[in-house]
Amino acid sequence: MGYVTRRLVTFPLVLIGVSILVFVAIRLVPGDSITAMLGTEAGLLTPQQRVALTAYFGLDQNWLVQYWHWLLGLFRGDLGISVAYGKPVLDVIFDRFPLTLELAFLSMIIALAIGLPAGVFAATHNGRPSDLMVRIFAMVGQSTPSFVVGLLIIYMLSVGFGALPTMGEFSPFWKDPLRNLSQLIFPAITLGLAFAASVTRISRSAMLDVLSDDYVRTARSKGASARSVIWRHALPNALIPVVTLSGMEFGYLLGGAVLVEKIYALPGLGRVVLDAILQRDYALLQGSVLFIAFNFMVVNLLVDLAYSALDPRIRLGER
Amino acid sequence: MRILRAIFGHTSGRIGGAIVLLYLVIALLGVMGFTPHDPLMQNRLDRLHSPTITYWMGTDLFGRDVASRLMRGVGQSFTVAFLSVAFASLAGTVLGLAAAWFGHRLDGIIMRLMDVLLAFPAILLALLVVAIVGPGTWTSVVAIGIVYTPIFTRVVRGPALSLKARDFVDAARTFGSSRTYILTRHLLLNLVAPLTVQITLALAWALLTEAGLSFLGLGTQPPASSLGLMLSDSRNLMETAPWLLVFPGLAIMVSILGFNLLGDALRDILDPRMRRSNP
Repeated sequence: MGYVTRRLVTFPLVLIGVSILVFVAIRLVPGDSITAMLGTEAGLLTPQQRVALTAYFGLDQNWLVQYWHWLLGLFRGDLGISVAYGKPVLDVIFDRFPLTLELAFLSMIIALAIGLPAGVFAATHNGRPSDLMVRIFAMVGQSTPSFVVGLLIIYMLSVGFGALPTMGEFSPFWKDPLRNLSQLIFPAITLGLAFAASVTRISRSAMLDVLSDDYVRTARSKGASARSVIWRHALPNALIPVVTLSGMEFGYLLGGAVLVEKIYALPGLGRVVLDAILQRDYALLQGSVLFIAFNFMVVNLLVDLAYSALDPRIRLGER
Repeated sequence: MRILRAIFGHTSGRIGGAIVLLYLVIALLGVMGFTPHDPLMQNRLDRLHSPTITYWMGTDLFGRDVASRLMRGVGQSFTVAFLSVAFASLAGTVLGLAAAWFGHRLDGIIMRLMDVLLAFPAILLALLVVAIVGPGTWTSVVAIGIVYTPIFTRVVRGPALSLKARDFVDAARTFGSSRTYILTRHLLLNLVAPLTVQITLALAWALLTEAGLSFLGLGTQPPASSLGLMLSDSRNLMETAPWLLVFPGLAIMVSILGFNLLGDALRDILDPRMRRSNP
């Protein structure tokens, strides 16, 4: 079986596995399901109400039947009701998703805009002091947690400029683009800087590999200019690992950057998961975790397919 | 000995090794309680004191010595990181070897299970475990351990599969060596190199994840100290007491840097293919 076919066949299997894991995980939470579902408000229920609710939610049935009903609900787009927000889980997720998506895009743009030229520059100056500088910056950048970068940015803003990043209620881009960008630019820089370091390292390493390949040497010996060799011949092939890395990172970011969202008080998907845990809103936790894992899997699948399209050796099943 | 000499001869290895060694000493002193002051003792007269000879890194809102809390915090973070990586590497090695050796159905089941775990972003999976078990140090160990088990399983399974097909394993089988002997002597010993690299890099991730969980209030619980927790406490005080942000922030960063440098050096030394394009 070819790589792509195998990947496509296993995808639904893994997806079912993920749904089972999320379903079972939520049921492993100590205490009964009604308490898990209603949180502290469950204490106000009379025994009769509790029995009625247990029957209503089908919790008196075995796990297999419950899982089946939950799965059917998923296909209808019914992820349950969030107790904390008082509305369907899917609505809460879709309210927050645009922010997460926009933040992921902005961070990627920043990371690639810094990381790619830096990596190419370092590779073409291999062994020189400027290469060493880039490598040191990249290594330090990769070792600095995003929440440390975020806190430092807030500190520098408040001490240096007497200002704080715009917080408060989030404005979507289509309503107030300026306010939206002012809210997202610093979180995007925070996430983008850490990721730029990885992009720099991987693009430098890939460029070095490609630059010593025979076809690049041939292009050089045929008299192609240095610029043409780097940008036309070497870079397209060196981009393959960068595409993979960027795709995976984008998948991570779509899961919401919990820590950065907390620092900048942004209501993204990561915050939804965190709030769901802290407020014991298990329907929301179950739904949001599944949604994030689904996104993550889809992005990873697309990355793998893109990778195999870019590198024929994988398509032919060599790996 | 040969590896130690090679690390010493490698620039990143030398720097990374020195950093890790320094941190191990600090962590050990912190865990054993050899700190300049009692990390939990509150001194209300010395609240938010800037760094001085007595308090090298200043004091926090409760007048507790930041340097002592930092030492204890490094000890705590390292304990969680080492335990969780021990958990992940052990579980991953057993699963990876079992998948490679027994193949067929068991391989399929184990690897699909690992695919399921890998379908979650790391921090999300850790948060899910915390949601089930409740916050705390041991939860962090289990959560981080589970998150990194699939990576170790993959790292072991791939090379183990190719080793299994090698002539010397066939020869060992022909000579009647037991399965345990072949698995430990022939497969595991040959996997030491990739495992060492992975363990070093995983320690860096584990420190990062531990700090993140504690920062969110879901890892180490107060009044115990951890680097993530110290950073979280610094958020509302950073303007008046920047040392509360700078020292723990630097401590986390440099510790991760140390393991990353050491991991890179080990990869260079143990995997010659990586030498040409050392990133």
